[in-house]
Amino acid sequence: MSATPASPLHLAVALDGTGWHPASWREQVARPRDLFTAGYWADLVAEAERGLLDFVTFEDGLGLQSSNYGEPDGRTDQVRGRLDAVLTASRIAPLTRHIGLVPTVIATHTEPFHISKAIATLDYVSTGRAGLRVQISARPHEADHFGRRTFPPISLEELRTPAGQERLTDLFDEAADHVEVVRRLWDSWEDDAEIRDVATGRFVDRDKLHYIDFEGRHFSVKGPSITPRPPQGQPLVTALAHQSVPYRLVARQADVGYVTPQDAGDARAIVAEIRAEQEAAGRAGELVHVFGDLVVFLDDEQAAAEDRRARLDALAGEPYTSDARVFAGTPAQLADLLEEFAAEGLTGFRLRPAVAGHDLPAVTRGLVPELQRRGLFRTAYEADTLRGLLGLARPANRYAAA
Amino acid sequence: MSKPLKQIHLAAHFPGVNNTTVWSDPRAGSHIEFSSFAHFARTAERAKFDFLFLAEGLRLREQGGKIYDLDVVGRPDTFTVLAALAAVTEHLGLTGTINSTFNEPYEVARQFASLDHLSGGRSAWNVVTSWDAFTGENFRRGGFLPQTERYSRAKEFLATANELFDSWHGDEIVADQATGVFLRDAKAGSFVHTGQHFDIHGQFNVPRSPQGRPVIFQAGDSEEGREFAASSADAIFSRYATLTDGQAFYTDVKNRLAKYGRRHDQLLILPAASFALADTDAEAEELAREVRRQQVSGATAIKHLEFVWNRDLSSYDPEGPLPDIDPDVSDDHISKGRAQVRMYRDPLATAREWRELAAANNWSIRDLVINTGTRQTFVGSPATIARTINDYVQADASDGFILVPHITPGGLDDFADKVVPLLQEQGVFRTEYEGPTLRHHLGLAHPDAVDDRVAS
Repeated sequence: MSATPASPLHLAVALDGTGWHPASWREQVARPRDLFTAGYWADLVAEAERGLLDFVTFEDGLGLQSSNYGEPDGRTDQVRGRLDAVLTASRIAPLTRHIGLVPTVIATHTEPFHISKAIATLDYVSTGRAGLRVQISARPHEADHFGRRTFPPISLEELRTPAGQERLTDLFDEAADHVEVVRRLWDSWEDDAEIRDVATGRFVDRDKLHYIDFEGRHFSVKGPSITPRPPQGQPLVTALAHQSVPYRLVARQADVGYVTPQDAGDARAIVAEIRAEQEAAGRAGELVHVFGDLVVFLDDEQAAAEDRRARLDALAGEPYTSDARVFAGTPAQLADLLEEFAAEGLTGFRLRPAVAGHDLPAVTRGLVPELQRRGLFRTAYEADTLRGLLGLARPANRYAAA
Repeated sequence: MSKPLKQIHLAAHFPGVNNTTVWSDPRAGSHIEFSSFAHFARTAERAKFDFLFLAEGLRLREQGGKIYDLDVVGRPDTFTVLAALAAVTEHLGLTGTINSTFNEPYEVARQFASLDHLSGGRSAWNVVTSWDAFTGENFRRGGFLPQTERYSRAKEFLATANELFDSWHGDEIVADQATGVFLRDAKAGSFVHTGQHFDIHGQFNVPRSPQGRPVIFQAGDSEEGREFAASSADAIFSRYATLTDGQAFYTDVKNRLAKYGRRHDQLLILPAASFALADTDAEAEELAREVRRQQVSGATAIKHLEFVWNRDLSSYDPEGPLPDIDPDVSDDHISKGRAQVRMYRDPLATAREWRELAAANNWSIRDLVINTGTRQTFVGSPATIARTINDYVQADASDGFILVPHITPGGLDDFADKVVPLLQEQGVFRTEYEGPTLRHHLGLAHPDAVDDRVAS
């Protein structure tokens, strides 16, 4: 482990298309025609790495983007279509050296065996910088892309009803099982399982390969993984959480939870709830990061940021709303807000640039120097792995004899 | 009646998890670290190879109820490695083996379309089938597919994936910043597929990729596999690398094309081939023998005999005679997760034949396994190997070869430096890549998107 202390605050950036504002693609800097090229993503991640950020996340989905939660919206005035997030992250890995790469994976329709070896491999390809962001899908049209399950119609409003909560709980329970299998498979090879013993002709010591024998309500998985234990042992597991059901997933299974407080009091309450769940899950002694998610419009003058927001809203034809708080202002104002939230127990932030081509450089060239001046952010990468950057030790293998 | 010289296609198969790969050699490196894959890919690209080929693993092999530990064990995820290799190469095709049984078309089509975008049109898919419950134990549906249905699922899987690839035509993204029109068509990516194995509908979410569809490989050798290839594949990864076997397979498969309305040049035959390369033919012969001894240790010889005998033979001396007892012909096989054991269709006859061979030649168990197993396809000096490869291709034993070196990751280096220049001098192998996509390298047409939109 690195002897250098981890950065006081952690910063991640969430990459999604040309940015989080639906009209972001219409900005001069947006490069919407390059969205399906490797070069576009390489440039964004290089910029994030220039700013010494802990990691970037890549959004993904098993259907076209939609402004309606439960169904396609048929719109043609916003970015539609995306590349597989794990493969995009892997394509970028050899081009970067320090920054963590955290693609979204959808637990609902995918095979935990495939996901586990894909993220383990991303960890090998990036030499210890991989993570995943686990997401569920309750969307009936995405279930129809697989044809293995039928989901009834759903809307965001319905998800808040007791019946909706029951469906969510079910999907999050499945996701928790999914992550459990992914994690067990990462441990299914002990670190020194590969022995290459020429004398006996044995390539591996099979006593150090373990069946995981997971049996759950939705799937059973035998193991071991096909891929040896990845460099970090356990790559980073992260999840976005808006309410109690997903807070529980964060508390049980995640290393980083992204939450969406609107103000300091909100942040305090969320952190308290997650810490209580963490204790209930028997993980009180473990470092679980709680990051605040914020959409950011960043400019040197507050008025410029607000004007930009207004201009984009006008192009979109409606004011932009988000699950996360939307910030428009200067790097110093944003640094003040982050400090205020951090005082309530948030350990880092995942910033969602409203316009990737504008607000990502504003984070790396404006916010980061401001936080550095305040002594709140690293001035050089202090560790070689993503876990190292986040102050997380390389965990012992659950199957190794103590 | 001289016909024009055929251009040879060459590909590099990353050494696999079987005893072809010699891990005990001091030069043998990691089979997992990305640096090994990058080294191997860069060598292949330096030699102007058509593509790199990766197999896939879905469950560690077992024998006698225990994980098989004598060969290389473990490998990284196929898709993820190929995407990363796209970053360290510019032209090399990237072929991944992906199973049609323990996957779903929407996800696999997304992954290949994404890989094709991320590599600028260099992706290929070797479509394979599995059916066994042993592999299924790692997946949601378990061993759900009867063996008899594996090709029917594979065919429908590929057809469905093609419908998804073709659901975008390539002109939908306008991204006009001034007018605010991103998509020309709100229904972009729409698909409906109703069939025996898949009943899916909706919108595919990856726009049309540079190659339209990945290049399709097929590797199965059964009657069904050959028909599947003739009807649907762009290339076959075959195991017939000798002159006469290769010619027979080549003729058989190419003759099946006409009934699907396809021309001879629309399906390439690319056998897997190993090699022992040295400065002289005599040295290469010696090297070939030495490598075979490394590939078949005493312990490996016993395990390979068990494939046929289907019994625990661990008490036998590999340097001693073959067992007197007969093979166990019950259905439950001692070896799990290995396709090759199905080749021994009549174990009693094979055992009889092997006993006779061993007696006639005074072979021990290890000698027998070495001599009945697959020897290197090409053995010789650079000149000999270059000439043999060219002769085979010009004689229609194949359209080229997928080379499987026995050392990771440097096993291709000498071939690239010494054999390839000779093929280039003979004018039968490219000296520069002539186009950006794998379809260019292979001389395959880029598929036109089927435009099924109603004119409006």
